[in-house]
Amino acid sequence: MLSIFKREFNSYFTNPMGYVFLAVFYFFSGMYFSMILKYNTTDITVVFSYLFQVLMFIIPLLCMRLMSDEKRQKTDQLLLTSPVSITGLVMGKFLAALAIYAIGLAVTVVYAIILSFFATPEWAVIVGNIFGSLIMGAAMIAICLLISACTESQIIAAIGGLAAMLMLWLLENVASLLPDSLSWLGNALSQLSFSSRYDNFCQGILNIGDVLFYISAIVVFLFFNVRVIEKRRWS
Amino acid sequence: MIEVKNLTKYYGDKHAVDGISFSVKQGEILGFLGPNGAGKSTTMNILTGYISSTSGSVSIDGFDILDNPIEAKQKIGYLPELPPLYMDMTVQSYLGFVYDLKKCKIPKKQHIDEVCRRVKIDHVQNRLIKNLSKGYRQRVGMAQALIGNPEVLILDEPTVGLDPMQIIEIRDLIKVLGERHTVILSSHILSEVQAVCDRLVIINGGKIVADDTAESLTRKLSKDFRYIIRVEGPQADIQKTLSSIPGMKEVLFNGEKEPGAYEFSLESDPTLDIRREVFHRIVARNWTILSFRSTEMTLEDIFLQLTTGDSAAAEATLATADATADATADKEDEAPVEAPIEAVEVVNPETGEAEDVSKPLSAPEIIGETKDDTENGGEE
Repeated sequence: MLSIFKREFNSYFTNPMGYVFLAVFYFFSGMYFSMILKYNTTDITVVFSYLFQVLMFIIPLLCMRLMSDEKRQKTDQLLLTSPVSITGLVMGKFLAALAIYAIGLAVTVVYAIILSFFATPEWAVIVGNIFGSLIMGAAMIAICLLISACTESQIIAAIGGLAAMLMLWLLENVASLLPDSLSWLGNALSQLSFSSRYDNFCQGILNIGDVLFYISAIVVFLFFNVRVIEKRRWS
Repeated sequence: MIEVKNLTKYYGDKHAVDGISFSVKQGEILGFLGPNGAGKSTTMNILTGYISSTSGSVSIDGFDILDNPIEAKQKIGYLPELPPLYMDMTVQSYLGFVYDLKKCKIPKKQHIDEVCRRVKIDHVQNRLIKNLSKGYRQRVGMAQALIGNPEVLILDEPTVGLDPMQIIEIRDLIKVLGERHTVILSSHILSEVQAVCDRLVIINGGKIVADDTAESLTRKLSKDFRYIIRVEGPQADIQKTLSSIPGMKEVLFNGEKEPGAYEFSLESDPTLDIRREVFHRIVARNWTILSFRSTEMTLEDIFLQLTTGDSAAAEATLATADATADATADKEDEAPVEAPIEAVEVVNPETGEAEDVSKPLSAPEIIGETKDDTENGGEE
């Protein structure tokens, strides 16, 4: 697992993907941060709530290559015939993408420190926000990784990931469109929405249910990922 | 070392591998031979645990590939048909990654350097794999399989894309490796298999059609003794004289190959050696023999016979061959055959034309290649 993590992590920096991801992430988060400075507030929450939309677009790009390219280049033959479990393989790739994302997210710590020069920010809210973004991003990575494992084409993986992210974002709107007779379905859908749970974090509410929701999403999608690869060997 | 029992694989409805069983002993080099689509790569992918079989079992040094995949895979070095290379890595970092992946215990730098020296890629260690030529990529793939000194090496067409010099080098390397490792080598290049392997498994349509040494296959399958003779003299008289030799079954006229010299194919009773008689009769009439050679069955003939329409007949021959093995041995004593000849006419199953399919041992050849290529091979 460690060897796969190391290779994937390094490969983000031997081709432009890692740099592009970080640049886009820094640009937009910096843009939102400069907005707070302009409005003379220490409420960093705005940055995080806008980040959701940025992540929606860049996380599918971060993950599109991870699984699909192995299959296309036949390098999965090396990985699957090595003494490494499929779980280790999936975890290594997941953690590599997560590490890149965490490097991006770490910049928000710098923003918080800058704010602390002007006034005392609410550290609890900031920590909650960073933690919330981290596990939500991890759940997004797990979903996009699964989509990447289902195809040989990076483009399809990217588009599929983007569609899934949009769906998660719009789930609440879809739920509200449903007629009253289907309110149970609407309730169920809005429970699955990523954005409303993320908003809780942004408001400084650390709800154990929300944390468990994202963590179980990570576990479930990584498990599916292992099964998809396993299944391919049997077909 | 390797035990394969009743291996079967379906891709949907397609029966890719159909009840294959064989075993490989420690230190043996096994050649896995078959036309394209025969199930060679599928079998190798199952052996290495890349795909699963529909039924049947594979065990590597006592470890089942499905029940103890980690232990079994630790013992295997695998070079797939297409070397599994990451194009954006350098050779060194790639081999370092493979080293970590296989959880090797040997000193890292030293081991990688040694492997690189063996396949002669030490001078490209710091280059990106995407900038390497096909031959070098193949060799990096070979290096990848050797990392960790696995006890079993499974090589799927290891010499594809290499130039003749490199092919000889890789073959020599495989022979050296075979002293310490167990090697399974797939190929459709017959001369390669003949040059390297101790034993052959010929597979066609997902089934094993032969499993034996090359010599023994040759002996079992050649039923008749044929000779080709070129004589200077009057054509009709020569043919008449040849036909009258006792034990001669058939004399075929092949045409006037040189001005005034005619070529005949002779088929004789296998229990009689007609060569001396042929010589004396021709010399007695003051004609000149320009060439005289026997056409022992080559591996190409065996391969074609086993993998084309004749396969049923050939398999039947193989089955009865053991029963008549003694007779064959006697026959060989009486009629010692000469070294394999340089030209064999075989019908190409694709074009239907008779072609010269014989090859020099050192040059790579593919069955069904264009006529020009094979002719060039024959002239060398």
